[in-house]
Amino acid sequence: MKSSDQKPNQGDSRRDFLKKSSVITAIALTPSVAVKAAESNADERFAQLFEKIPLELTVNNKVYQTTVEPRVTLLDYLREELHLTGTKKGCDHGQCGACTVHVDGQRVNSCLSLAVMNEGKKITTIEGLANGETLHPMQAAFIKHDGFQCGYCTPGQIMSAVACVREGHTGSRAEISEYMSGNICRCGAYPNIVDAIIEVKEGGEKV
Amino acid sequence: MEKRVLKDDNDRVDGILKVTGQAKYFAEYELPGLTYGVLVTSTITKGKITALDTKAAEKAPGVIAVISHLNKPSAAAYEQEGGPQMKIFYTDKIFYNGQPIAIVVANTFERATHAASLVKATYAKEDFNTDFEKALKDPKAKKLQGQADYKRGIENAYKTAVVKLEERYFLPIETHNPMELHGIIADWRPNNQLTVYAKTQGVKATQGTIANVFKIPMENIQVNSEFVGGGFGMALRTWPLEIATVMASKHIGKPVKVVITRMQMFTMVGNRPAAIQTIGLGANKDGKLTGITHRAYGETSTYENFTEGVVNMAKFMYQCDNVNTAYAIVPVDLGVPIWMRGPGEATGAFALESAIDEMAHALDMDPLDFRIKNDPETDQQKNKPFSSKNIKEAYKIGAEKIGWSNRKNKPGSLIEGPWQTGYGVSVGVFNANRGKASVKGILKADGSLHLQSATSDIGPGTGTGMTLIANKLMKIPVNKITFELGDSSLPPAPSQGGSATLSTVGSAVNDVCVALKSAIAELAANSNMDATANFVDVLKKNNLPQIEVTKESQGGKERDNYSMYSFSIHFVQVKVHALTGVVKVSKIVSVGDSGTIVSPKTARSQMLGGAVGGIGMALTEESIIDHRYGRYINNNFADYHVPVNADVPEIDVNFINKPDPYINPMGAKGMGEIALIGFSAAVANAVFNATGKRIRTLPITPDKILA
Ligand code: FES
Ligand code: FES
Repeated sequence: MKSSDQKPNQGDSRRDFLKKSSVITAIALTPSVAVKAAESNADERFAQLFEKIPLELTVNNKVYQTTVEPRVTLLDYLREELHLTGTKKGCDHGQCGACTVHVDGQRVNSCLSLAVMNEGKKITTIEGLANGETLHPMQAAFIKHDGFQCGYCTPGQIMSAVACVREGHTGSRAEISEYMSGNICRCGAYPNIVDAIIEVKEGGEKV
Repeated sequence: MEKRVLKDDNDRVDGILKVTGQAKYFAEYELPGLTYGVLVTSTITKGKITALDTKAAEKAPGVIAVISHLNKPSAAAYEQEGGPQMKIFYTDKIFYNGQPIAIVVANTFERATHAASLVKATYAKEDFNTDFEKALKDPKAKKLQGQADYKRGIENAYKTAVVKLEERYFLPIETHNPMELHGIIADWRPNNQLTVYAKTQGVKATQGTIANVFKIPMENIQVNSEFVGGGFGMALRTWPLEIATVMASKHIGKPVKVVITRMQMFTMVGNRPAAIQTIGLGANKDGKLTGITHRAYGETSTYENFTEGVVNMAKFMYQCDNVNTAYAIVPVDLGVPIWMRGPGEATGAFALESAIDEMAHALDMDPLDFRIKNDPETDQQKNKPFSSKNIKEAYKIGAEKIGWSNRKNKPGSLIEGPWQTGYGVSVGVFNANRGKASVKGILKADGSLHLQSATSDIGPGTGTGMTLIANKLMKIPVNKITFELGDSSLPPAPSQGGSATLSTVGSAVNDVCVALKSAIAELAANSNMDATANFVDVLKKNNLPQIEVTKESQGGKERDNYSMYSFSIHFVQVKVHALTGVVKVSKIVSVGDSGTIVSPKTARSQMLGGAVGGIGMALTEESIIDHRYGRYINNNFADYHVPVNADVPEIDVNFINKPDPYINPMGAKGMGEIALIGFSAAVANAVFNATGKRIRTLPITPDKILA
């Protein structure tokens, strides 16, 4: 999985994905067809045909050449395939931000992105934020200000917080709160999270 | 750029693991041959399964097994008559909508999810009722006593008081919704050996429950739960879905992982039950309480009874000679509830602390003065002195910090454009517990101390608190102390609940440290060393790489002589928009009176968390059911609103930080619950002060303000 020698042809795989995914969508939309397909064991054959689509992407500066089912989300791909479990699943519906990663520098809910949509993209997860043994300033600030309790929302908060600073949405506490409101923390560490972001912003280090 | 070391002794000991994504939660363990389970749930609310068609699912790609009541493996306790009604896969009965009825296991998560959608159940439906208020009104519906009636002095004395009020308060179902989804990994191996990775507030409790259900020895079961992504009470028991997963692993002989969906978090792992409460208060003209009556009804399920301490606070919080309480539970066709942070006491405090504010208003008194006037010197319920109580000091600190002097007693007095400002106060109180726990301490010649206990950390910072206790006693640097938890093979400790971990396990840490110190002193004396000699030198001189001590610790007679409670005061300022009815909590001051603060940073975070939870309880949280179908209709984070960052103002947290002389060696009382208890009433009281509108039905949504 992690190192197939053959480099996939990106153009083909994109076309393939569109073609194949439209068939799968059609099945998904007509449950009776799906049930019939299952009863005749036809979906096993569909699956054989469709399930593995070639994919190349970079995660934390490491290139992965692999094949993946088109229905696998980027979040599940990171967690279950690459075992990069720092990225969390809190809702699987784009409603909580626990799964936030950077895709080509932008913060993205990885549960709302299929792995195959990330062909050729550069992904950064919480595991890729620190520089070796040196914590990223946002990580250090979260510890200093105790920006968490259980820690489950924390990777998503930190990825979002870094993006928030890069986007320049740190003009005031209120602005930070607004732009961090896509990341739920049920432990309620919000004021500490805002303190951490202010510290990083005022520290002026490149994030 | 900072190195990966903690800079401050008060930093969370697991902070680095949490900010780097290295902290491993239950679903993140890689096991060879791991399979994925997805639960199929009932689509009716009450009745029986008449047929279950699993053929299509079984044939779907990657599927290993579909397990249900038709083919389950043996769970010895469920083979027997009696016991719980909800014996998963041992019954064809449906007790509520969304009840797990089968589990599909496949070699990937996606395949299991798809196959689960192919399982078709046929049912014989029965009439049902999920509407708590309807059940309450129905004379034929069951009402069960939830707690013994309590009476001191004259019953319902409020009715004949000079100034009296009687009001009804409603609290809807709330759902814990920790950020981590619930689930378990179960790995059943030959010879009935079982390893589980669980999301639990008690590894020993999980171990015990599974041992009971399958009738295998405790020692055969290893429970691991090092990191837990929040619980708030929902992980205080082992749920049917976990038993189903163990059964699945037993059936297929491979490890099975189940992670439920956010929607299933509303139906499979409990919630805070709805409650309807009536408070009667009587007072004389001088503002002295002459009668308190608190009657409550709580919701429960039809297959299991659930009770909590809804009416506890009324019995002792205020000086009053005539007090009576009653508490009953009313079964409806929903999943069984479970304690949610602050549990019943938070439900009760919403009603009592709202009523106290209403009475102050009726007397035209400042609600703070009214509380102080009725503050008891001793616990009238137990007829004992309080072990420690600094509530008047707490009132003073909080009032000063929130700017209570800006408050006008006449509601609706502070108006600025469309915004009306109001101030509110409330009290929270919860039992200061201390249970029994064991801790092992290993003191090493390299200068380090390793502590172990089968306790948990669902977020408060158990390891940090324990490390600081040991650090203070042993004078060993924090970075040389490690505290291991979340493993059922370690010395036993109770579940993390009822704000008791620091008191209970911390006392055992204390006792272990004391024992280690005296062991070192003895060794030093025997080897002609100075009594104050460093333990490293003593161990080296004796050629010992380490010494270890295990201690079991629990309280003594002090509880016979004193009444022990933790207290909190919540002050809030709100702004209410006159045209839209929007309520913004604009300022919060919380004061904790919970004895010595052992771990200041994590203690402060706990108070923050309670206030944030309290904002949700007060303003937005409500699990809504469509009673025609018995289904939740807002079972996701887009529709069930928990507070987000923009809902929360800066929070000023203060601690009295005076040791309780009796409870335990640290003088520390718990504070997880008091951080939340009473908070929603402070908001309701502030909304009244801002607008003159008294909202007695939570949450305080704009429609209620504008009505
Ligand atoms: S898991 Fe992606 S937003 Fe919640
Ligand atoms: S730290 Fe627990 S959810 Fe944010």
